[in-house]
Order: sequence, then structure tokens, then C-alpha cells
Amino acid sequence: MNAALLIILATIVFSAAVGIFAGRKVKMTLENWTVGGRRFGVVLIWLLMAGEIYTTFTFLGASGWAYSRGAPTFYILIYGTLAYTASFFILPAVWKAGKRFGLHTQPDFFIKRYESRSLGVIVALIGVVSIIPYLQLQLTGLGFIVEVSSNGAIRSNVAILLAFVLTCAFVFTSGIRGSAWVSVIKDVLMIAAVTIVGIGVPRIYFGSHGKMFRALAEAHPGHLVFPGATANLSVLWVMTTALLTGLGFYMWPHVFGSAFSAKSAETIKKNAVIMPFYQIPILLVFMAGFTALLVMPGLKNGDLAFLELVNKTYPPWFMGFVGAAGAVTAMVPASVLVLFASTLLAKNVYQSGFSPRASEATVLRLSRIMVLVIMGFALLFAFYLPNALVNLLLIGYDGVTQFFPGVVLGLFWKGVRRSGVLWGLTTGFVLAAVLVFTKHDPFLGMNAGFVALVVNAAVTVAVSRFSGAKDENNGQVA
Amino acid sequence: MPKGTKIALGLALIPFLMLVLALPFVNRVGPFVLGLPFLLFWIVLWIFLTPFILMAAYWAENKFNKNDKQGKS
Repeated sequence: MNAALLIILATIVFSAAVGIFAGRKVKMTLENWTVGGRRFGVVLIWLLMAGEIYTTFTFLGASGWAYSRGAPTFYILIYGTLAYTASFFILPAVWKAGKRFGLHTQPDFFIKRYESRSLGVIVALIGVVSIIPYLQLQLTGLGFIVEVSSNGAIRSNVAILLAFVLTCAFVFTSGIRGSAWVSVIKDVLMIAAVTIVGIGVPRIYFGSHGKMFRALAEAHPGHLVFPGATANLSVLWVMTTALLTGLGFYMWPHVFGSAFSAKSAETIKKNAVIMPFYQIPILLVFMAGFTALLVMPGLKNGDLAFLELVNKTYPPWFMGFVGAAGAVTAMVPASVLVLFASTLLAKNVYQSGFSPRASEATVLRLSRIMVLVIMGFALLFAFYLPNALVNLLLIGYDGVTQFFPGVVLGLFWKGVRRSGVLWGLTTGFVLAAVLVFTKHDPFLGMNAGFVALVVNAAVTVAVSRFSGAKDENNGQVA
Repeated sequence: MPKGTKIALGLALIPFLMLVLALPFVNRVGPFVLGLPFLLFWIVLWIFLTPFILMAAYWAENKFNKNDKQGKS
């Protein structure tokens, strides 16, 4: 057994054990399972939200984009900062509504605010359809990282299966609390790995990051400004994409739902203030990607740049450490994704849609069963059809961001109507899908999802204005 | 809208202006600052400053919205 293998296995088993242990003393009700009893302080909320932001995409995707596309990757740095700034105003209001009406999920909010169970079912279904490809991506990414970093000692499918069992175990027993505690381990490992590699490799090969950037600017003059190495990711694309993803980030059902776990609106507000600092490690990931472009050009798969560079530069045990960090970095977001997707199905599709009288205990039991079902689906896709969901992934952000007008207008404008949100949401979602699937993204240089969002907001406001029917609770939630 | 919220919203506009609207004007490689190409330096600078801007927003809300604690944020 080699050192890398040992480190990877020990880390993921230990992490899962911490996750399982986290919920042992808590009586599992739906409230404790999905929103941690609304008792998380600044530190746990920070860890939980950070756990959702740093996914396998951060490891592989951000460095891969830096490697193969150049400057357009900077949008990742920007959108997080915009998301936290917006969340400073939006999340405390979301939290207050959640506390007042005992909400657990994002569709709960729509159901309460617009007094429409069917709207809740629609929001839940769009949420689940957006989450599953994202979940599969975590599993596929994990398999990838573990296989490469253990030098083939653990096959990708074995790693995925192991992660499946362990993640299900701690989600099942501890709910959101398990994810938050595993996040502690994940953050320490991930930040350590990224800092060592991101600061290390430019120094090792060029003496300093400044010299690396100068060498890059000479070798590939266009790489460090928009549109980088791409043909169509212009400044306008970066601007609209940063706006779309910045406003859309907290519209992901799992991120939105995490806000309910905080113990007060004040906690979330404080959290929003410190979150942007957490973007800085992404800069280090970029540096690794840029260094890889100079040191090992011509990789077939840019997403492998980070791992290949570590493999070339550091001893095998360190590779194991990076693999372990990468594996836990996939498990935490996977656990939160599956937890919320399950709750959406059990609470907002089954209970809201078909069986309003179902008890909380039934909903919790069904949610736990759904954890296995949804993870099972993601597992099958990861094993047999790893590329089948790529199209859905493209539309994931475009889709969930269409919730934005319904959420924000619902919180701050009494005049918004159920019909307005229904029409706006549907128009936005269909428009985004049509533009993306007919290859019109970017559309006139802009991110197609952003175009759809603007149309959605306009339709929501216009229909609300023109519908005279006062069929609603007139902004009771706001 | 309470005064504190107005100030906070005004402050929160700064990251959006600097990190979105300003991009066409800073889309250049040089001059290098702190070893970073100018575009990347600009982005990192404003990300680093944003928590301080939000701290000011937090402070403004607490100072000016005192009598509005029960109201909407």
C-alpha cells in the first residue's frame, strides 16, 4: 500500500466519522436535519457556506480555465464577491421570513409568500433538475482526483462508490450539521493544499509569481486580458456572467436553504461581511493553472492542469494529501446538494404537491430515503453516462437564477403578484434553455442566462402591475 | 427607506461599479502591480476592499437604524 493511498483513505473515513458523530446527540427532527435547528453561529455558518462555495470545480475547473482559457476565469473571483455583497441585504430578510413562518426550503418561501403550492412544486422541480448534474459532477470529479493522485491505486469507480457510502452515512445520520462539521476538515486541507501549491509552483519554476506572470505575458500576450484564449468570452460576457452568477449564487436551493441554519439575521449579516476574504485562495488556484500552461503546455484536458502540475513537482505523499483534500472538497458540497434535493422532493413535491396532510416525521423519513435515491441516480450517471448531463449543467446556473426576481421582489415589494412570478419565471427559464440549447450563448456578446434574467424581471413586474386581482397576502412575508 | 439602509445600499454599489462596470477600462496587461498584471490586480484589490466596505455598511445600518430595529431591513 503506498503512502498516497493511505492518506486519502484515512482522510475520507475520518471525515465521514466526524460527520456521523456531529449529529449523535441531536434528536433528528426535520427542523434539525435540514436547518440545524436554526442554531448555527457565525463560525459554523461561515464553514457551511464556504463548504458550498469551494467545490471540485474550484480545484479542477478554475485552474483548468486559467490554463486553457486565460483571463475569462477571473469571473469566478468577481462573482463570489458580488454574491456576498448582495447577500448582505437579501439573506437577513430571507432568514426573518424563515424564522417567522418556520420555513425549511426555498420552495417553502415561494409557497408562503405567493400562497401557491403549485408555484412551490415548480420551484422545487427546477431546483432538483439543476442540482442532480451538479451532484454528479462532484462524484465524477472526486473519482478523477482520487484515481490520478493515488497514481491509479484506487480506481475512479471504487473511489466514487466509497464516497457515496460515506457521504450518505453522514447525511443520513446528522443532516446539515454533519456537512458543517466535515467542512472544518475540508477547509483546513483545501486551504493548505491550495496555498502550498499556489505560492510554491511559481517560485519553484520562475522564482516569484511576478516573474511567472511576466513570462506568461511574453509567451501568450492575450492570455491575461479578456477574452483570453477564447473567441467569444469578451469583456461584455465577463460582466454579464459575473452579474448572473453573483445574483444567482444564493438562489441555489441548497445555498438559500443554508441561510435558515443561522441563529439570527445578525449572524448572516456578519458572515456576509467577512466572506469576500475567502475568495483570495482562488487567486492561488489561478496561479497554479497559469504556471502549468508555461511548464507543461499542450495538455489534452485542461482540467487536469492542477493535478498534473502537482504530480510533476511534488513527492507522491504530497500528491496523496492533495487527493485527500480534493476528495473531501467533493464530499461536502455533495452532501449539502443531496440533502436539499431530497428535502425538496419529500417536502415540496410529495407533501406540498400530493399529500398536504403528511406529518413532519413522514417527510423526514421520505427525505432520508430520497438521499439514497438521488445519490444512486448521480452514481449511475457518473458510472455509465458521465457526459449525459453536461447539457443540464450548462443550464443549471441560468435556471436557478430565474428565482431571483421572485425572491427579491417578494421580499421588498408589496406589489408583486403570483401571476407575475409564474409568468416571469417560466419565460426566463424557457428563454435561457432555448438560447443555450440552440447554441446562442453568448447572445449578442452577453451571457444568455443574464438576458433571460432581464426579460424575466421585466415580465414579473409588468404582469404584476397589470393583474388587478388581489389574490394574495399582500406582502405579508416582506 | 431608513437612512442607514440608504447609506448601506450606496456603499454596496461600489463593488458592482468597480468589479463589473469598470472592467472595460481596466482590461490591460500593464502596468504590473505587486507582480500581478493590471487587470488581475484591479480585481484582487476590490475583492480585498469589499469586506471593509461592507463593514462600513454594517456600521451605518447599526448607527442610523437604531429606532427601526423592529422594522424591515
